[in-house]
Amino acid sequence: MAKPAKKILNAPRRAVTEMIDGLVLASDGRTRRLSGLDAIVKTDLADGRPALLIGGGSGHEPLFHGFVGDNMGDGAACGQFFAAPAPHIIYETAKAVHRGKGILFLYGNYAGDNMNFDIAAEMLVDEGIDVRTVRVADDVSAAPPERSHDRRGIAGDLLMIRIAGAAAATMDSLDEVERVTRKAGGWVRSIGVAISAGSIPETGKPTFELADDEIEVGMGAHGEAGTVRQKLVPADELADQMIGRILDDLPFSAGDEVALLINNLGATTMMEMLVVNRRIREVLGERDIHVHRTDVGTWLTVQEMAGFSITLMKLDDELKRLLDMPCRSVGFSNWEGK
Amino acid sequence: MPENLDKAGAAAMLRGVARAVIDKMDVLTDADLATGDGDHGIGMRRGFEAALAALETEPSSIDAAFRATGMAIMANTGGAAGAVFGTVFTAGAKAFAGQDVITADSFRQFLADAQAAVAKRGGVVEGQKTMLDALAHAARSAADEATLITATAQAAEGAQRGVDATKDMIATTGKARSLGERSLGHPDPGAISVAIIMAAIRDHVAA
Repeated sequence: MAKPAKKILNAPRRAVTEMIDGLVLASDGRTRRLSGLDAIVKTDLADGRPALLIGGGSGHEPLFHGFVGDNMGDGAACGQFFAAPAPHIIYETAKAVHRGKGILFLYGNYAGDNMNFDIAAEMLVDEGIDVRTVRVADDVSAAPPERSHDRRGIAGDLLMIRIAGAAAATMDSLDEVERVTRKAGGWVRSIGVAISAGSIPETGKPTFELADDEIEVGMGAHGEAGTVRQKLVPADELADQMIGRILDDLPFSAGDEVALLINNLGATTMMEMLVVNRRIREVLGERDIHVHRTDVGTWLTVQEMAGFSITLMKLDDELKRLLDMPCRSVGFSNWEGK
Repeated sequence: MPENLDKAGAAAMLRGVARAVIDKMDVLTDADLATGDGDHGIGMRRGFEAALAALETEPSSIDAAFRATGMAIMANTGGAAGAVFGTVFTAGAKAFAGQDVITADSFRQFLADAQAAVAKRGGVVEGQKTMLDALAHAARSAADEATLITATAQAAEGAQRGVDATKDMIATTGKARSLGERSLGHPDPGAISVAIIMAAIRDHVAA
């Protein structure tokens, strides 16, 4: 068996807790840990607003907990490595961010997250708290369009959190926050490619195996199998293949305005992602699709997995306004606004 | 050889179940690496270590022991496994409410209640390559057994048949779903956990 991957940790079993301590400190007082729990919340919560609760398994930093901040998540419930948070963590985090106007749960569409967040939602509803749920399901490789409810949530999460966070900060009712978040969710599409595997620290084992000259298009954020395992190809060819899948899926049409997001899964270089970005812009230009804003960076990682994902979200005026609002967290900041 | 188990016996049995799951962490990790992300073993170890700790205090009743086990699993395992294996014990606990001993009847009811609750929580049916396949096989196999010894023995055998059956299934839910036909030939790791639990129950009752 291969040796466990090198990681700079103290003890793998303490890594999530120590990571959250470090994350809170990195926020310079803008977030705090909920006592005794793997959960963080904003320090300064405006009164009388709908709340945005995000969360999911750890090991994907900065997603999700790194996106708690101004005009982003109000709080995040954190699970262990790649595992959904337990119901009581979600429940306590929800209670900590609730200000009487209800709570939107926003998280990736995975069986474990769905069950644990649902259990917590049932507990809150029993107490008379209004809870709505939007699950991000942007990964086109996970299921065909007619089974979009079976799709996983990947890097589209970041765009969704910014829109829902801006909505929760500016819209007065939970109905409106839910409505606009659902609209964004219907218009976001992503696809990833893996070049090499990441590993969970406690087991040290890679989550999948790929030959040196192989890549897997459509690989999920936990090493779930993709749709095509193939030989490594040049960047332009790969970009064409991936963006084609996304464009055909919604489908995106000439004249559409979009947000483009290219996400590093952990160990891919910025150089590679920028080379890919160049080709994607050529393709979008040829299709007369206008990029309203571009984000190229590291937001949903899978430990040391190498690879990237491409996300497009179709935008209307309302979504543009929300996406362009200033926002600030350890994981993503656009404090000047667009 | 105890024909029926009282609350102390039930707690001892559940501790045996927890130790068996903890001991098999590596088996569960390897099975999950084949079809999922490889975290099933460490998650189950976290949950059942917490259950073991919760069971150190003598429970007030049999259903309290099962409930404490389920709550500890749900709070500490995380992921889908925490929700479904926690549900097995919390929902299953109702079968023992108000009873001083575990009988063949209440054990069969436990399996049936657990199966129904897991199907509802996970939104799954048999044949989707999940732990429900092992649980349903266990419940059916034990259905006609009149003694606790034979009911638990049949449940353990049934669970293992359920594990074997998952090898021939294509995953249509959970993280293994995207594997499609590539999931063929691999047993479901959650089903293996059910078989470990049922075997530990059988071993305790037969001892």
